[in-house]
Amino acid sequence: MTAMAKGALTADQKRSMLLLAPPFAYALLLLAVPLLAIVLFSFWTQDFITLDTTFTLANYQEIAEKPIYFALLQRSLYVSGVVTLVTVLLAYPVAYFVSFHVHPSRKSIWLFLITIPFWTSYLIRVFLWKVILGYNGVINTGLTQAGIIDEPLTFILYNVNAVIITLAHAFAPFAILPIFVALEKIDRSLLEASQDLGESKLSTFFRVTLPLSVPGVVAAVLIVFIPTIGDYVTPELMGGAGGKLIANMIQTQFLALNNAPLGAALAIVAMLSVTAISLVFVLLNRKWLRGRA
Amino acid sequence: MSLRFYTIAYLVFLYAPIMLLPIFAFNDATIIAFPLSGFTTDWFGELMTTKALHDAVGNSLFIALTTAALSTCLGMCAARAGAMPHFRFKAGIMGFVMLPLVLPEIIVAVSLLVVAVQILGLGLSNWTIIAAHTLICTPFSIAILNGAFQNLDPSLEEAALDLGESRWSAFWSVIFPLVMPGVISSFLIAFTISLDEFIIAFFLTGANPTMPVYIWSLLRFPASLPVVMALGTILVALSILLLTIAEILRRRGIAKAGGKDTGGFL
Repeated sequence: MTAMAKGALTADQKRSMLLLAPPFAYALLLLAVPLLAIVLFSFWTQDFITLDTTFTLANYQEIAEKPIYFALLQRSLYVSGVVTLVTVLLAYPVAYFVSFHVHPSRKSIWLFLITIPFWTSYLIRVFLWKVILGYNGVINTGLTQAGIIDEPLTFILYNVNAVIITLAHAFAPFAILPIFVALEKIDRSLLEASQDLGESKLSTFFRVTLPLSVPGVVAAVLIVFIPTIGDYVTPELMGGAGGKLIANMIQTQFLALNNAPLGAALAIVAMLSVTAISLVFVLLNRKWLRGRA
Repeated sequence: MSLRFYTIAYLVFLYAPIMLLPIFAFNDATIIAFPLSGFTTDWFGELMTTKALHDAVGNSLFIALTTAALSTCLGMCAARAGAMPHFRFKAGIMGFVMLPLVLPEIIVAVSLLVVAVQILGLGLSNWTIIAAHTLICTPFSIAILNGAFQNLDPSLEEAALDLGESRWSAFWSVIFPLVMPGVISSFLIAFTISLDEFIIAFFLTGANPTMPVYIWSLLRFPASLPVVMALGTILVALSILLLTIAEILRRRGIAKAGGKDTGGFL
């Protein structure tokens, strides 16, 4: 960037600011203000419909004291963690294949094929997993008819496993794309250099390709881990009694129990937990992220 | 080779659920399970005669069209600014505008619910959903439009200005036609996201449900499930059509602006 006197802006910079103002104002009004509002709200209390606006820590106290909230949060974080791990591990080879083994002219058609299922009716996709994993589902009838099992498998529906499978499916493209972008940025001559210097293909992968793709992996982890905490549809449809998550509790507090302040406090606690874990994860990987955008 | 095999197996896993949709939509049993019993188009016929569904589709179309228009406008502002000289805090502001991409949707939903109902005392309506959908669709629009704007040759605009056009008319007569494919692509993607969005719509829907909220209510009644399958088949076919158009236009837009295609929507 050119050196300029402090405070002085070129005409283009001014226009650029002016253009960015509407989207910024929109996000400020509809994201920042509402987020502040729920923080404020979480320190209030509600008795059926009357809102008591005296500042209190009662909601947070209730969350800390009742074991149900902690158990739900723990289960949610566990589910999000496992979903993230499964999604990223399964996605990496796919991203690698498209980046290294597909002809450049056909890369975007592969990416298109990968992203299509992600855009198709989310509710119906979740429901269809019930059809696949259910008692009379595709897997059970298939395995029974093939003579592999006598009794339908029951450990794959209405529990945490079913929630994990469904979420891992829903977030698959989210994990593939950032890893793909990171792999695309790798200078191919580095790989040749490594092999010229006597590394095998496998050790080239572990010593050159993988470290260079870490930024993409970190992005994939964050883009899967953070949003999964907020999903209540999958646990509601797939989780049964033992597979409910913190998002189901937040939804219930807001829509069924009319206790919005407690729901707000739960949302904030969930959000803070996810953010804290994400920050620790990024810090642990900072060695690999340094010097890159 | 084994990597190719793995990728194809992975695609099968990705497509498995939606492959089942048409199978059950044309199956004449009321329970959604194997074995199949026979062929029917009754479930599609039932869609035609359900008034509640038509109302829900009408609401959803209105919300999705308005959302697509608003988020594409906001996306154009941001993407255009993104392609222009940097100033202090620009990266931070961009990051903030893109934030809804990673924010759990339930957080967006509850925070807007609290503001709309408890603080402002407004009722819930289609407009509350539009407000929220525009917020979450704008980052996607920006991502798509960035591809179109960043590849533009700045000398084209300069030439138009030198030839006496004002900034405003230079934009509409030179830049806009060049980014048009990206604009349509952004519109279609935002439309698809909004049409399909449930988590936020469920919190913010007023007296008139949107289509996903209506589908959610149907999922509780086993008897209505085959109809849901038929509806799902139509929706999936429609989204694939819209996305294909969006993808073709996105690529054409990048090619038109003389850029190199770097990949998918994100």
